[in-house]
Amino acid sequence: MAGSGGRVRARVLVRPKAGILDPQGQAVERALPALGFAGVANVHVGRLIELDVEDPAQLEAMCETLLTNPLIEDYEIVIDGAGVAAR
Amino acid sequence: MTRFGVVRFPGSCDEVDAVAAAERVGEAELLWHRDRDLHGVDAVIVPGGFSYGDYLRVGAIARFSPVMDAVAAFAREGGPVLGICNGFQVLCEAGLLPGALLPNDSLRFVCRQVEVEVVRADTAWTCATEVGQRLSIPVKHTSGRYFAPDDLPAEQVVLRYAPGENPNGSAGDIAGVCDPGGTVVGLMPHPEHAVDPLTGSVDGLALFESVAVGVAA
Repeated sequence: MAGSGGRVRARVLVRPKAGILDPQGQAVERALPALGFAGVANVHVGRLIELDVEDPAQLEAMCETLLTNPLIEDYEIVIDGAGVAAR
Repeated sequence: MTRFGVVRFPGSCDEVDAVAAAERVGEAELLWHRDRDLHGVDAVIVPGGFSYGDYLRVGAIARFSPVMDAVAAFAREGGPVLGICNGFQVLCEAGLLPGALLPNDSLRFVCRQVEVEVVRADTAWTCATEVGQRLSIPVKHTSGRYFAPDDLPAEQVVLRYAPGENPNGSAGDIAGVCDPGGTVVGLMPHPEHAVDPLTGSVDGLALFESVAVGVAA
């Protein structure tokens, strides 16, 4: 679980907030059936931020101030070997 | 004579046009993103471009530059601040204006002349216009879809795209908003590109004239 120098590997998964039009997700959702992949729904495109942190307790504050815009985005913090903290 | 300060971030690209537009009604100078004071200017323009490469989210990094602390303090004291395009995105990220800007619903860059209608003619940047007046001003952006928070007061809407003119899927056709005091205004269209008949319209000049009138009063 602990990375180099006592740091922990974390991933922040960012996605558009529910209810906000997600044209990227819609474009992907339309493209898949055209390629023969049927039965796909609710596609959303977000972004992944990977980082090594000494103090994982700071991750939520990092998300709230810089890594995401809470007005338009939801996020999950995933710590290697540990659980998921969704918001 | 009104002195305008135009912020230049790494990645800004419309700051020179903004200076040229402001100089038609007053004096103007550039403010560097590392500046910690605003050189005593009367009004601040946060211009268009791609500040800090638009990394992470549009406007997200620029918000933390030293000059933005000074701009925020200036805004809190009632100083007139105009955010144009990327500048609008920066002011939203900084919490000086409500809402956020999302990728265009078309997912495409749009660059064209649009008609916008004045909703409020009593803000620092629109007091030389009239309610209902139409302005022909260009837009050029990829992330201009305005997201309005649920609690956005109607009186903070300053400009709307005229019917059929919404280029990006903005909520309620909103093209520009202001802070509760009406001194901080942000808009996606580029008034600084509409100040000379050579480029098709002089309608953008009214925004710069508005603040010059207000400062002189």
